[in-house]
Amino acid sequence: MTILENTKLVDNVYRMKLGGGHKPVTAPGQFVNIALPDKFLRRPISICDWDDETFTIVYKVVGEGTEMMSRMSVGTELDVLGPLGNGFDIEVQKMRHPLVVGGGVGVPPLYGLTKELLKKGCHPTVVIGFNTASEVILFDELQALGVDVFVSTMDGTGGVKGVVTDAMAKACVLYDYFYCCGPRPMIEALKQETMTEGQISMEERMGCGFGACVGCTIETKNGFRRVCADGPVFLKSEL
Amino acid sequence: MKVNLCGLELDNPVIPASGTFGFGVEHSQFYDINCLGSLSFKGTTREARYGNPTPRIAECGGYGMINAVGLQNPGIDAVCEKQMKVLSHFYKKPVIANISGFSIDEYRECCAKIDRQEQVGIIEVNISCPNVHNGGMAFGTDPKAAAEVTKAVKEVTTKPVVMKLSPNVTDIVSIAKACEEAGADGLCLINTVLGMRIDIRRRKPVIANRYGGYSGAGIFPLALRMVNQVANACHVPVIGCGGVSRAEDVIEMMMAGATAVEIGAANLVNPMVCKEIIDRLPSLMKELGIEHLKDIIGIVNK
Ligand SMILES: Cc1cc2nc3c(=O)[nH]c(=O)nc-3n(C[C@H](O)[C@H](O)[C@H](O)COP(=O)(O)OP(=O)(O)OC[C@H]3O[C@@H](n4cnc5c(N)ncnc54)[C@H](O)[C@@H]3O)c2cc1C
Ligand SMILES: Cc1cc2nc3c(=O)[nH]c(=O)nc-3n(C[C@H](O)[C@H](O)[C@H](O)COP(=O)(O)O)c2cc1C
Ligand code: FES
Repeated sequence: MTILENTKLVDNVYRMKLGGGHKPVTAPGQFVNIALPDKFLRRPISICDWDDETFTIVYKVVGEGTEMMSRMSVGTELDVLGPLGNGFDIEVQKMRHPLVVGGGVGVPPLYGLTKELLKKGCHPTVVIGFNTASEVILFDELQALGVDVFVSTMDGTGGVKGVVTDAMAKACVLYDYFYCCGPRPMIEALKQETMTEGQISMEERMGCGFGACVGCTIETKNGFRRVCADGPVFLKSEL
Repeated sequence: MKVNLCGLELDNPVIPASGTFGFGVEHSQFYDINCLGSLSFKGTTREARYGNPTPRIAECGGYGMINAVGLQNPGIDAVCEKQMKVLSHFYKKPVIANISGFSIDEYRECCAKIDRQEQVGIIEVNISCPNVHNGGMAFGTDPKAAAEVTKAVKEVTTKPVVMKLSPNVTDIVSIAKACEEAGADGLCLINTVLGMRIDIRRRKPVIANRYGGYSGAGIFPLALRMVNQVANACHVPVIGCGGVSRAEDVIEMMMAGATAVEIGAANLVNPMVCKEIIDRLPSLMKELGIEHLKDIIGIVNK
């Protein structure tokens, strides 16, 4: 695919738009696996938004691969595999008010999810958490979809001071289902503090990203599951 | 492109290596896998295993990767009842069954069970997994133990047995010869090279299990050398494996002495790689003036 856009959102976080046609996205929360020059493994990155011709991804520079991506110019060709993974299931019985919770670079796939939930006629509430105000991403974009967006920051420089569960409590968010993508501690906190069933997007180091190597397997109540192919989204009740 | 591997006529020498192709299902999304010479499926033990804790994958620059999967598999009975059926739906030719164990008895039992599977053309016995304790590689680093496993499995099958060897030894030829003398019908080498990566920011090993098996393009010269040494010293056919990622590498492996070639980690990063190699081989053979692939097997040793 061709890079159509590669812009900085905040320090170390970039939005990249890839064009050139792709296999259809079957659910929000799927990811792409990107090959990079002189890197053996591909880099898995969630699809943030898409249309028939393009993918938009939002990624954070954390190592050599993502740093290389941040320096790529528009017009560069990338070998992109995907969409991969199951993604979020939005066909949930009796769900009216889903809670959508994300942290850091777990937020990007939730943008596409929120959009799809709205299309289905649900009324999602979004809660997103970051370390500090200067790291907040996709707040305006999410708000522009017409949903309530609550923010927490660890240092209190933006929104509610603390973690997402503090923001949830402060805002007295009512929900009948939840969706989550974020760091492990956030996932653990949500598993504890949510009263309803929900879906959680997991992360693991990947070999192939399409199910062949079992490098990414986690143990669930339903046995061994590959994060890349059986996930990355799992039910709270199976984790 | 035909080659004869342990009595099995293969349309071409290209075989996905165990552990990098599952049971063929995933790669079938990308192409019709019936073009493959054969297929070596994921290593199977007697009981179901989860394997090692994650993270169990680490990158090694542009050259390869480390895996410490540790033989995750559903167990031999499930493989016979379920996975083999699914596999036969996607792949119609004889396959290579990769088995492993933690004791001689386990190897024997797995072999006896897989022997009854009609689609299994060759049994590949992994005595070289670096990711499990007291099993796998322990049998592949000692000529006596390697010979014992070979004898034990040969007793319970009439199918050709290929012993898969570890590079993590001082003298691979002595192990290869011990297997051959014990009745092995072929040898496959190499399995992964024991390696390590450290996350210098966290000051911790990347792999939860600390060490893992290094494979991919970076190990090609090492694998090639070992294939050459073993092919020179033994009479049984050798399957060359390690770092192969292009048609040129297949030719090189065969010139070193390999009768067929297994492709591992490359399948994970380019799911189409085996098909691309098979499609490229005829024109490459033409460029190199090769009429039949079997003519170049071990040509550098002649
Ligand atoms: C399903 C999934 C979706 C993801 N979505 C996003 C996203 O939308 N935005 C985003 O910024 N990041 C996302 N990540 C994390 C992203 O894959 C890593 O940050 C990235 O691979 C780091 O590459 P690097 O070369 O910069 O880092 P390095 O540390 O140099 O990478 C070395 C190796 O480790 C792997 N690796 C390092 N960190 C991670 C990690 N956290 N998870 C998995 N593999 C890792 C790399 O892929 C590479 O193989 C996602 C991860 C997964 C598994
Ligand atoms: C993720 C992964 C899993 C593997 N699992 C097995 C296995 O179950 N049994 C086995 O004999 N070899 C296993 N191997 C080793 C490969 O079959 C092959 O011998 C090795 O990777 C070297 O080839 P390569 O450099 O082409 O990858 C595995 C390798 C990888 C990368
Ligand atoms: S990364 Fe290979 S199976 Fe998930």
